[in-house]
This record gives sequence, C-alpha cells and structure tokens, in this order.
Amino acid sequence: MRTPLKTFAAPAALALVAALGGLGLSVAAGAQARDPAYAAAKAAGQVGEKRDGYLGVVGTQGADIQALVRDINNKRRAVYTSKAASLSSTIDEYAFTTGCRLILETSSGEKYQGLDGSWKTRGAGAPERDAKCP
Amino acid sequence: MTTLELTARPKAARSAPSSRSRTLDKQQGKRSVMRTMGLAGAVGGVIFLLAGCVNVTAPDKPIVIELNINIRQEVIYRLDADAANTIEENPEIF
Repeated sequence: MRTPLKTFAAPAALALVAALGGLGLSVAAGAQARDPAYAAAKAAGQVGEKRDGYLGVVGTQGADIQALVRDINNKRRAVYTSKAASLSSTIDEYAFTTGCRLILETSSGEKYQGLDGSWKTRGAGAPERDAKCP
Repeated sequence: MTTLELTARPKAARSAPSSRSRTLDKQQGKRSVMRTMGLAGAVGGVIFLLAGCVNVTAPDKPIVIELNINIRQEVIYRLDADAANTIEENPEIF
C-alpha cells in the first residue's frame, strides 16, 4: 500500500514543480519581451520618443498605433509616478530625465522629438537633445 | 432729473437780491453744493464700480505650460542613474 502511493506521489510532485516553473518562466518572458507590434512601429518610425519621456505618434497613424502609444504611455506614467515618489522628485522631472536617455538610446532610423518639437530621424551622430539633459 | 431741480433753486433766489435772500441764497447754495457733491459722489461711485468690473474671457486655445519651467537641472542629474535602471528593468515599455 505504501509503495504505490510513493511511486505516485513522486512524479506528481515533479509535475507540479515543472508546471510552476513553466508558469514562472512564461510570466518572466511576458515582462521582458517588447510587444512585437510596438517593436515594429518603433522600427518603422510610426512612433517616436518625445522630449517629455513619453511615446508619441509620428504623423497620422491608425487607431491601433494610437491605442498602442496610449497604453505604453499609461504604463510609463505608472512607473514614473512610483519612481518619482520614491526619489522625492516630480513625475515630470523623472519623465524628462528618462526621456533624455531614451532619445540618446534610439537606434538609427528611429524617430525622436527634436528641440523645435518636430520629429527627427536618428542618424549615426548624436541626437538633438535639450540642454538640460545630463 | 435731480440735477435740474438742484440748479434751478439758486437761480430763482438770485433774481431777487436782498440781504435776507442773500443769506438764504448762501445757505441754499451751501446745501445745494453739498447735494451736488453727494450726487457727484454717487455718480463717481457708480463709475468706479463700472470701471472696477473685470471681464474674464476664457481663452479659446488650451493653456500650454512650458516644460522647461517645471524641470530643475540639479534634480535631473540626481535622477539620471535611476532612470537608466528603470529603462533596463522595463524593456517592454521603453
């Protein structure tokens, strides 16, 4: 009686661990990977990095792109808000500082907002940035 | 309307000059001056009130607050390192 139970329990426990591990992995993967639609829009220059630390719609885009930008900006604002609170700065200041970095980190061909407010395409050189950027 | 009544009285008194009427005229004149002053004060007050009206009209364009005003330079340097971590930790939104 004892032996069959044991032989049953061991694989069951193993399966449980495997299932949990798989779940954990997929959650981690979900947090890490950039949404393919977002990655594509960014590479295509349909969206660009604004000076204030938020994403912008470049030119006239479809409702899907607009919704994507809105969604990402909501998530960004949530991150900026919690970070700004923990560092006792304003949300705008934290967002602006992040925006400085995001513009600097754009890849060639991606869009960013220049000093005059217009959309610029990142080239090989350094991007146009606000004098306040570190 | 009241102004007519006020100016008419001293004129009537002046048409028959006598020592008694002159003192009367003086008294009436004083009173009328005071009345005129009172009236002038009231009129002035009304004008003052009218001039004191402040007309507030809503702007037809949204109020844009310049971004630069809100950003303090020294704070940005302090936040920069943390911002770099934030971008690294949240690649799905940056």
